[in-house]
Amino acid sequence: MTTILVGLDGHGSGERALAHAQKQAELIGKCDLLVLYVIEWSPFSFQTAEENAQRAKRREEEIAMAKERIVDPALAALKKAGRTAIGMVKHGDVADTINRIAKEEKVDQIVVGRASDGGFGKRIFGSSTSNLVMSAVVPVTVVA
Amino acid sequence: MRGNTVRALQTGALAALGSAGMAGAALAQTAGAALTPEATVGLDEQVNQIFADATGPFVSLIFAPFPGTSFPWIVMWLVVAATIFTFYFAFVQLRFFGHAIALVSGKYSDPNDAGEVSHFQALTTALSGTVGLGNIAGVAVAVGIGGPGATFWMILAGLLGMASKFTECTLGVKYRNEYPDGTVSGGPMYYMSKGFSELGLPGGKILAVLFSIFCILGALGGGNMFQANQAHAQISGIVGDYPGWITGIVFAGVVFAVIVGGIKSIANVTEKIVPFMGILYVGAAVVILIMNADKIGWAFGQIWEGAFTGLGVAGGFVGALIQGFKRAAFSNEAGVGSAAIAHSAVKTKEPITEGFVSLLEPLIDTVIICTMTALVIIITGQLIMDETTGLFVLNEAGTAIRTVGDTSGVALTSAAFGASIGWFPYVLAVAVVLFAFSTMISWSYYGLKAWTYLVGEGKKREIVFKIIFCIFIVIGAAANLGPVIDFSDAAIFAMAVVNIFALYFLMKLVKAELHSYSARLKSGEIRRYEH
Repeated sequence: MTTILVGLDGHGSGERALAHAQKQAELIGKCDLLVLYVIEWSPFSFQTAEENAQRAKRREEEIAMAKERIVDPALAALKKAGRTAIGMVKHGDVADTINRIAKEEKVDQIVVGRASDGGFGKRIFGSSTSNLVMSAVVPVTVVA
Repeated sequence: MRGNTVRALQTGALAALGSAGMAGAALAQTAGAALTPEATVGLDEQVNQIFADATGPFVSLIFAPFPGTSFPWIVMWLVVAATIFTFYFAFVQLRFFGHAIALVSGKYSDPNDAGEVSHFQALTTALSGTVGLGNIAGVAVAVGIGGPGATFWMILAGLLGMASKFTECTLGVKYRNEYPDGTVSGGPMYYMSKGFSELGLPGGKILAVLFSIFCILGALGGGNMFQANQAHAQISGIVGDYPGWITGIVFAGVVFAVIVGGIKSIANVTEKIVPFMGILYVGAAVVILIMNADKIGWAFGQIWEGAFTGLGVAGGFVGALIQGFKRAAFSNEAGVGSAAIAHSAVKTKEPITEGFVSLLEPLIDTVIICTMTALVIIITGQLIMDETTGLFVLNEAGTAIRTVGDTSGVALTSAAFGASIGWFPYVLAVAVVLFAFSTMISWSYYGLKAWTYLVGEGKKREIVFKIIFCIFIVIGAAANLGPVIDFSDAAIFAMAVVNIFALYFLMKLVKAELHSYSARLKSGEIRRYEH
């Protein structure tokens, strides 16, 4: 059994990645999908005391919202197409978290969308996609 | 007569601020100078007088010196407690220092808890409440009066204070309230009531109520009015004199937007700029030290020698010791209990891990930042010394060391940095205003937690306190309320009286945690996570 991890981003690029992964899965035959949405979050950011006190609650809200808006619709579409799939929402650095889940769930390959557009920040810090490509433990397909 | 009263009030305020906490002592000189006598007579004066009469005994009691000395007993109370905790936990601040760093860097954090409050976030939030005017202005007062030797005692008290923080923050997390909706409330009031009943001791609830009352008063005063007052003094020092209520309204508006309106972006910006300012401050100090690298050995010699001889300062080596202890105790708030509120939101299964992390706080605040300020003042030669005797020259009154340009407080720090980096005083002014703002945000939360402990949780009840808090910003910036500030500083240290009293009973609970945790750490049950 092959497992493909699909990184969603709530945008068109994530949907294209999902479509590509679905196509791959059909070609492979016995193939499960794992759809993952990562909420960008750093343990080294600065917060006020009040934000800290409400953090656990906010985290649950963020996860629920990402599930409802991004992961669940993707799972529903896959189920409709007759594909076995599970969904996950995680907090963390996007590239690190995709890589960590890929390791933990022993997936065979990762499919992600290309970062939508450059932008100033990405010129300095690099995009999550290129970070992932450089650190990934399994083959990565980047969908245009 | 009237003029005399005004002067007396201003001097009173100065004396109080010199000994006052998060306060930054002689900053008040700027405030005092900025206010004309006409501005303070009339209503302000009456309010001051009435308030001073009513609160005077309480203030005198808290800041009372030991008979025949100028050493306030409250400082001894904090330092003795820090020493007892240091021995009781067998130098926990040294033994677990490396572990604390590993915890902050996330090596023991479960990646599946990502998105929760990290040790780093809890630490930086607590730090933004303590790093402020005290580190910049307060140290200058300590070194200006006690000489370089004060630095030695300040560092020693800072190192001891790490054990106090460890004790209170472990308890803060252990006995916090976690509500069904996922929010948390913690702090001394919770460990007093829950911890005492767990041990079967009476009076926990009474201590908790007492602590909460002092905490609210301290939050409105030292954590609010004093900050607003000094921010105004700084701004008017640069742009010229203008009415304080304008600064007050602006600050109150911004604070209101953050704490009531939940405008996260403002808080986010400040929370990012404040650490940057802190780093810039220490960075500038390091640059100045490198520029004067040849004098570093000499400066440490002065600190060492001054610690035991005083090098001619008022009161000799005891004078240096008093100033150093005072500054450390008042700057890092170890034992006051405020940090226990800030640290209690962290996500951890082991309360003691937050205790380890919190012991870094006095280290960063006092041992690093305060020492940097002191070194820069010493190394840039701001303190005037008699070349022939090697002793410091005192001012006419014989109370403090004469400085180049007769500065003290924040002006002394500013002059010291300005002597090497000409434009730095402007950065410093911005830093002071931002530090004041972040301290206000932190204390609004401490006060709020104490408030909800007394009146109960609830949105409406929270808003009432937040509005009161914003009103006090305007009052603090507008008036020269020496006695009010005096009183609120006394309230902050009254928190320490109640808190440390409770800690003596509860410290055995922390010791049990420490034994259990270190055994599991040794056996490998508590492991690092792969990231």
